[in-house]
Amino acid sequence: MSQPIPHYVDPRPFDPQAGERLSPELERYYMSSQWRMMWLKLRRHRLAVISGAILAALYAMILIAEILAPYDPNTRHTEFIYAPPQDVRLFHEGRFVGPHVLGWEKSLDMDTLKRVYTPDPAKVEKLRFLCSGDTYRFWGLIEGSFHLVCPAEGGQFFWLGTDRLGRDMLSRMISGARISLTIGVVGVAISFVLGIALGGLAGYYGGWVDATITRAIEIIRSFPKLPLFMALSAALPIWLPPIWVYFGITMIVGLIDWTGLARAVRSKLLALREEDFCTAAVLMGANPRRIIGRHLLPSFMSHLVAVATLNIPEMILAETALSFLGLGLRPPVTSWGVLLTEAQNINAVALYPWLLLPIVPVVVTVLAFNFLGDGLRDAADPYK
Amino acid sequence: MLAYLARRLLVMIPTLVAISAIVFFIIQLPPGDYLSTMVEELLAQGEKPDGDRIRMLREQFGLDRTPIEQYLHWAGGLLVGDLGWSFEYNLPVSQVVGERLVMSFLLAFAATLFTYIVAFPIGIYSAVRQYSVGDYALTFVGFIGLATPSFLIALVVMHFSNVWFGAPVGGLYDPAYAEQPLSWAKFVSVLGHIWIPIVVIGLSSTAEMIRQLRANLLDELQRPYVVTGRAKGLTEGRLLFRYPLRMALNPFIADIGSILPKLISGSAIVGVVLSLPTNGPMLLRALQSHDMYLAGSFLMIEAVLVVVGMLISDIALALLDPRIRLGAGSEK
Repeated sequence: MSQPIPHYVDPRPFDPQAGERLSPELERYYMSSQWRMMWLKLRRHRLAVISGAILAALYAMILIAEILAPYDPNTRHTEFIYAPPQDVRLFHEGRFVGPHVLGWEKSLDMDTLKRVYTPDPAKVEKLRFLCSGDTYRFWGLIEGSFHLVCPAEGGQFFWLGTDRLGRDMLSRMISGARISLTIGVVGVAISFVLGIALGGLAGYYGGWVDATITRAIEIIRSFPKLPLFMALSAALPIWLPPIWVYFGITMIVGLIDWTGLARAVRSKLLALREEDFCTAAVLMGANPRRIIGRHLLPSFMSHLVAVATLNIPEMILAETALSFLGLGLRPPVTSWGVLLTEAQNINAVALYPWLLLPIVPVVVTVLAFNFLGDGLRDAADPYK
Repeated sequence: MLAYLARRLLVMIPTLVAISAIVFFIIQLPPGDYLSTMVEELLAQGEKPDGDRIRMLREQFGLDRTPIEQYLHWAGGLLVGDLGWSFEYNLPVSQVVGERLVMSFLLAFAATLFTYIVAFPIGIYSAVRQYSVGDYALTFVGFIGLATPSFLIALVVMHFSNVWFGAPVGGLYDPAYAEQPLSWAKFVSVLGHIWIPIVVIGLSSTAEMIRQLRANLLDELQRPYVVTGRAKGLTEGRLLFRYPLRMALNPFIADIGSILPKLISGSAIVGVVLSLPTNGPMLLRALQSHDMYLAGSFLMIEAVLVVVGMLISDIALALLDPRIRLGAGSEK
């Protein structure tokens, strides 16, 4: 009655695993290490990648700060006190000249005794690139005078204006980046070590060790941070050389800010020490140091890196705030906070608003660290 | 509930003792004391300090005793409301700080209130309308608020108020009221000025709160019970307010412990920038001149304020969530 349905049969031998075989790329993806998977996941978080690039550029900048800055940060141009920012122009009177600035025509307002600067169209000052200008000691060691950009011979180039002593704001901001950007990283390094050690002890041993450390964390956290920082940095003797003040401030922020990391370590450890691989290690006779260092820490290191990244901006802000209040770093050291002390005066802010410009790099850096940290935190658990 | 409250209060005692010890340690840290600073200043001015008088003052202020004796004396005084003696003002600390503390409390309280009032509707909106234009815009503003420390915002506000209104925004009341005691007219003047520092101080914690509430609410909105509720025909408003919002509120309230220290930190430095008659400028001055009991009192009072704030948030949590007041004992 029924006829066989004519259908196609592949004459090739049947391979039962054909469906499970992976292409080489897929195989690489599945076999990749945890860090690689984190990177793959982080790459998709576009804001985090952009922020990372910005931060990399900023940190690269501090390596060659002397070259990037058009002037030495401490050169005083007494002719140009509180000079406003100059516009960099390409065309002059409809003609292409290349990057140049118009020199300032200075006059004194006899009513307010304020210096008035107006651009003088007769003074076209072409910028020079890859040129020699103010001499400096590169990282305090090698003498040099090579700059990326310099003003024209006999001219000036104050792209972001000058301050009360006629010092170039741009150069000062670039050299201030060195202090402001490193203080967060060094501080986080300190708090990282402290946080892992204390959080590790609390999480692994539990009991009274845990109780004591959590109590201590709670007590430290119940202090408002800034007044605490203020009190501690006021304790730094005034005669301390700047480099020691720098380390002192770093120590202070590092010693107070470890609590967040310690809490992260502790809670992760509490969860992980119940896992089978941990019990197995105990049964095989591994000592606690080995278990924590070899088995537990690596499994949540990525998470810690994310937490630490989110901690850096807080430290940068702490330094900025302290220096701003005059309790942190002091001139002649320049950091963004030190530069902002000049803007503390209401009159200065009203008359010379470019003194507020150091706010911009602070905000950019802090935002970038926040975005990067957010991206890292999402990527920290790539198996999700 | 009473047992929970009692336990919570008992835990506070060792915390407060530890805080007072730390505060005392910190104010002892700077090399020298107020008198040695004074002597140095006198020497620098070419005057000869009177040795006998210095010795007498040292004895009178107890600066010659051991630190532990000084601490016990100070901590004992704290218990009865005696905050010590301000060297610089030559007055009891409690008299010096009095009005400033009221202003600081007022500011911290108002900033907290501002944070909650603003963050609550915005957080809900951002979560319910996730990925809408409004959500993106608010998230962006929130990020800026989160990344910009309050004193920088204060500086920028100062600049723009100068550009736009031609008048600086400093102080907490009209200069005319500066020397007057608290009165109704002064209070009204305070209300007119206080909103700028409140917004400036509260902005970053508001941004944080919005993010927190949004994340919590988004978590809850994905739960199966929400789908069930919707399937059974609950109106959207009722569905939102009756269940997920209540669940999402817990961390919102618990967070007061972390935002209060920030608000107080913020108000300290914003106080300096906007020259508010709050604790900030005075603390700074006291720290610079080694006026140790004055500085110590500020630190102590601020820490106590945070501890009390956390207590209040814990009580509120326990009232809101039966799991906490019933399960706290057995869980840990």
